[in-house]
Amino acid sequence: MSADHDHDIKSHIRTYLIIGAALFVGTVLTVAVSYVDFGSHAINVAVGLLIATVKASLVALFFMHLISEKTAIYLLIGSAFFFFVGLMGLTIWADKNPPNRTQNLQLEQKVAVTEGHSHSEDGDHSNDH
Amino acid sequence: MEIPYTVKPRPDTGVYNAKIGIWLFLASEIMLFGALFSSYIILRITAPEGTWLEGVLNVPIGFGNTLVLIASSVTVVMAWASLKLNNYKAFQRYMIFTVLCALTFLLVKSFEYNEKFHHYEVWTTDETDNRFTGHFDKEWLSEQKAAYKARVAEMDAQYQAALSEWSSSDKSTDAPREPDYPKITFFTLTTAEIRDLSSFLGFDSVIFEKEHKHAYKYAGMPEVDDHAHHDEAGHEGDESHAEGGHGHHETLTIPVGNIKRASAFIPSHSTFFAIYFTLTGLHALHVFLGACVLAYFVFCNRRMWKEDPDRLANRVEVGGLFWHFVDLVWIFLFPVLYLL
Amino acid sequence: MAHDSTQTSTADHAHGEHDHHHEQNFWQKYIFSTDHKVIGIQYGIVSLLFLFLGFILISCMRWQLAYPGQPLPILGNLINDLYGGADGIMTPEIYNMFGAMHGNIMVFLAIVPLGFAAFGNYVVPLQIGAPDMAFPRLNMASFWLFFVGAILIFGSMFIPGGPAQAGWTSYSPLASSVPTNGQAYWLVGLVILIASSLLGAVNFIATIIQLRAPGMTWMKMPFFCWAQFVTAFLLLLAFPPLQVAGIMQLFDIVFDTSFFLPTGLIIGGQPAEISGGGSPVLWQHLFWFLAHPEVYVLILPAVGMVSEIITNNTRRPLWGYKTLIYAVMTLGFLSFIVWAHHMYLTGMGTVISTFFQTTTMIISIPSVIILTCLFLTLWGGSMRINTPMLFALAFLPMFGIGGLTGLPLGFSYSDLYLHDTYYVIAHFHYIVAPGTIFAFFAGIYYWFPKATGRYMSDYWGRVHFWLSLVFMNLIFMPMFLQGLAGMHRRMYDGGVTYAGTATPEEGVVGILTKYVEMNQTISIAAWCLGLSQIPFIINFFYSITNGKKVESPNPWKATTLDWQTPTPPPHGNFDGPIEVFNGPYEYSAPGTDDDFLPQNVKPSKGGDTTSAPSTEPVPAK
Repeated sequence: MSADHDHDIKSHIRTYLIIGAALFVGTVLTVAVSYVDFGSHAINVAVGLLIATVKASLVALFFMHLISEKTAIYLLIGSAFFFFVGLMGLTIWADKNPPNRTQNLQLEQKVAVTEGHSHSEDGDHSNDH
Repeated sequence: MEIPYTVKPRPDTGVYNAKIGIWLFLASEIMLFGALFSSYIILRITAPEGTWLEGVLNVPIGFGNTLVLIASSVTVVMAWASLKLNNYKAFQRYMIFTVLCALTFLLVKSFEYNEKFHHYEVWTTDETDNRFTGHFDKEWLSEQKAAYKARVAEMDAQYQAALSEWSSSDKSTDAPREPDYPKITFFTLTTAEIRDLSSFLGFDSVIFEKEHKHAYKYAGMPEVDDHAHHDEAGHEGDESHAEGGHGHHETLTIPVGNIKRASAFIPSHSTFFAIYFTLTGLHALHVFLGACVLAYFVFCNRRMWKEDPDRLANRVEVGGLFWHFVDLVWIFLFPVLYLL
Repeated sequence: MAHDSTQTSTADHAHGEHDHHHEQNFWQKYIFSTDHKVIGIQYGIVSLLFLFLGFILISCMRWQLAYPGQPLPILGNLINDLYGGADGIMTPEIYNMFGAMHGNIMVFLAIVPLGFAAFGNYVVPLQIGAPDMAFPRLNMASFWLFFVGAILIFGSMFIPGGPAQAGWTSYSPLASSVPTNGQAYWLVGLVILIASSLLGAVNFIATIIQLRAPGMTWMKMPFFCWAQFVTAFLLLLAFPPLQVAGIMQLFDIVFDTSFFLPTGLIIGGQPAEISGGGSPVLWQHLFWFLAHPEVYVLILPAVGMVSEIITNNTRRPLWGYKTLIYAVMTLGFLSFIVWAHHMYLTGMGTVISTFFQTTTMIISIPSVIILTCLFLTLWGGSMRINTPMLFALAFLPMFGIGGLTGLPLGFSYSDLYLHDTYYVIAHFHYIVAPGTIFAFFAGIYYWFPKATGRYMSDYWGRVHFWLSLVFMNLIFMPMFLQGLAGMHRRMYDGGVTYAGTATPEEGVVGILTKYVEMNQTISIAAWCLGLSQIPFIINFFYSITNGKKVESPNPWKATTLDWQTPTPPPHGNFDGPIEVFNGPYEYSAPGTDDDFLPQNVKPSKGGDTTSAPSTEPVPAK
C-alpha cells in the first residue's frame, strides 16, 4: 500500500506545482488584460471575472481536491453556490425592475425642474398621483 | 464514549467528521462572501452618477499580495502531502513558510490601509463641485496637533487645580465644570473635527498638499486633467515636473469656511471605500484566524504526529481546505476591487 | 476534553460508574458540559426564560393598546426609571423599544433556540443512535456564543438610551438614525448569535450525516431528524447574508458609512453628514433572504415533533413518510427564493413581484402536503389522548389557519391592502404562537419523562392546554378582523386617533370604533394566557422532583431509538452497540407481541416482511 500511496502523492505534488505556476501566470494575465481596452467596460469586467473564475476553479478542483471528492460534498457546495447565485441574481433583477411609481416620480421631478420649481415642494407628490 | 469516524472515514459517506464539518462551514462562507459580493454589485450599479470610485487602489501592491497568497496556497497543500509522505521536517518547512506568507500579506495590507487613512479628499464650495485629493501639510498638521495637546493639557491642569481647591474648601460653591474641548484623535480628520479644531485653536484655513492628478476617477465622469486648469490659472510650478509621485504636489491654503466636506479614504468616505474595507477586512480576519490555526498545527501538535499521525494529517487537510478558500476569495477580490 | 482527577462521588450518579472516564465536577457536568443532552437542556432553560421575558414585553404593550395613555400597572415605575416618561405612562419611544425587543427576543432568543437547538440537541443524537454530537466541544462553544449574544441583545434594554427601536426588521435608514446605542448592541449580539447558529448547523448536519447508527439509512430516519436536517441547512445557508447585513449596518452606525443610506438623506430636518450613495432596499433583500427561511426554521422542528407525537399516540405509521420527506426538502429549497414577498411595498416592479408571487404560491404546496399527511395519519387510528397529544392535535388546525391566511399576503395585489396591518400579525402569530409554541409544549410534555424519568401531571397539563387554546384564539382571531378593517400594526395608541364614529351608511371615516374596542378583549385574553401558563410552570418544576416515576425506559411505547436507552440517558447515550433494523414508525406491526416494533429490534422470523433488515448498502449522500 505504502509504495503505491507514496507514488500517488508524488504525482499529486507534480500537479500542485503545475497548478501553482498556472495561478501565477493567471494573476499576471489578470493584471495585463485590465490595461487592454476591449471596447466596453462590460467586456473588460467579463474577461476579468472569467480569468478569476478559471483560477478559482483550479484552486477548488486541485488544491481542495474537489476533482475527486464525494457526492455529498458536491451536493453541498453545489447547493451553496446555487443559492448564492439566486441571492445575487434575484436581487439584481429586483433592482433592474423598479416599480412604476418610481419612474413616475422621476418624471415628475424632471418636469418640476424644467418648470423651474424647487425640489423642496415635497407635499405635492402624495396628492398628484 | 467514543465519537465514531473522527479519524477514519465512514464507509458509506467516504469522509471523516471534520471534513464534512469544514465543507459545511465553507458552504456558509460561500454565502457570507457571496452576500458581500452581491452587495458590492448592487452598490456599484445603483451608485448615483459621479460617486463610485475607480482605480484608487494600488495595483502593484495588490498584485504582489495575490502572488503571496497563491504561494502560501501551494505550500499548504505541499505541507499536507509531506505529512502523507511521512516527512515531518518538510511539513514543518512548508507550514512555517505558509504562516510567514500570511503574515507578509497582513503586513502589506496594513500598510495599504494606513496609506488610505492619510490620503484625503476635500470638497470646497468656492467653485462648483471642486474637489481634489492629497494630504494635509505634515508640518502644519503636527503644529496643530501640538497646539491642541498643549491647550488640552492646560485646560485639564486648570480644571484639576480648581477641583482640588474646591474639594479642600467648604464646598459651598458649585463644583468646577469639566473642561469642554473637542475630542480629537488625529488618526484621521473628519469635516466636523476640522471645524471644531479651527474654532478651538483659532485658525482660519488649512494647509493642504494637493495632488495635481486625482488619485482616482469617478465612474461615468471624465478623468480630471488638472494640468490644463493650472496652465490657465498660471499656478504651474516646477514641482509638477519633478520626478516621482511625491513631487506632484501643490500647496494650497483653504479657508475652513470653504470646506464643504473633507474625508480621508476611510469607510465613511464613500460606499466604495465602505465595501472595500468591509470585504478586505473580513478577508484579512480570515487570513489572520487561518494563520493562527496553521501555526497551532505546526508549533503545538508535534506530539500528535508521534501518537496519531493520521489525525494530524486530517487536521492539516481541513486547515488547508480553509486556507485554500481564503485564497480563492482573494482571487476574486483582487480583480474586482483593484482592476475592474 | 478536560479531565478531572478529583473524584467527586455524588450518590445520585450511579450510571457514571460503568463509563471509563472520571467523574466530572459540577461545572463540567452542568455548566461547561459537552454532553448534547445537558446542552439541549441549557438551551431549553435559557430560551424558555426568554419566551417569558418576550411575553412580559408584549403584555406591557397590550396595556398601552387597550388603555392608551393610562398608567401601566406594576411595571409602570420601572419603565419610567429606565427610559424616562412619567406617571407610569408608556411613551411612544418605549412602545417602539418593546415592540422591537419583543420581536427580536421571541424570534432569535426564544423560538429558534428552543425548537432547533434545545429539542434538536437533546433528541437528534438519541434518535439516530449516536453517542453525542459529531463535535461536542463545538456544541458547547455554540451554546456559549448564543448566551453571550443573548446577553448583549437583552442587556441593551438596560443601557442609557434604551434598546433598538426600529422593529425586529431594523429597516435602514430608520435603524441607523434612531438616537440610541441599542441598535449597535443588537447588531453585535446578532452577529455573535449567527456565528453560534452557524456552528450549530454545521454540527447538526455533520452529526446526521456521519453518526447515524449502523442500519439507520436515510429512509429509516425519524421524520423529526429530517426536519432538523433541513432546518440546519436553512440556517447554514440563509444566515450568513444577514450576518453580512448586520456587519454593514453596524458600520453605518459606528463608522458612519453609507451602505444602506441614500444620497440626500435628511435626518431631523438636517442633511445627514454622510457620503450617501447606499441602497436602503439592499438591507431589505439581505434581511429577508434570511428572514423568510427563518419562518421555516421556526416551524419545521415543530412539524417534526408533532409528527413524532401523533404517530406515537395514534399507534399507526406516519402517513406518507417519504412524501413528507420530499415535501420538507422542497420546502427548504423553495424557501430561499420567495423572500421578496415581504417587500411588495418597498420598491419592486411588476415582473419581479410576479416571480416572487409565483414561487410563494408554489411553496404553499409542500406545506399543504405536510399538513395533509399529518391529518391523514389520524385517520382510523385508535388515539391515545394525553397532554402531548392534545397539544399536537391543536397544532394542526392552528398551523392550518396560520398557513392559509398567508395566501392573501403572498399575492401582491391583496398584500398592498393587508401589508402592515393587524392581519399580518394574526397570520404569523397563528403559525408561531398557537402553532410552533403548542408543538413545543407537546414536545416538553412528551420528552420530559425521557429527560427526568418522571411524568408531568396529565391533569394540570390538560388545564394548561384548554386555557391556552381558548385564550390564544381569543387573542389572534380578532386581529384578523382588525387587520381587514385596515388597522395599522404599528400604531402606538391602538388606533384611537383614527377611530371613526361614523356608521358604514354614512361612509366610514377611519377605523370603526368596534374594531378599536377589540383591543381590550385581546389584551385581557393575552394576560389570561399569561396566567394560564402558571399551571405549566408549577407542573414543570414540581414534576422534576415529585412527578410520577416512569414504569419503564419507554413509557410511551415508542419505536424510535430515543426511547430505547436508559431513562434518563447516561453520558454516551446507549448501553452498548446499537443497530437499526426497522423503519421509524412500526406501530401496530403484525406479528409482534406488543403493538409496536422498536427500530433496533430484529423482527421475528415469519412475522412482518416489510420491515426486514435491509441488506442493500447504505446509499452515500
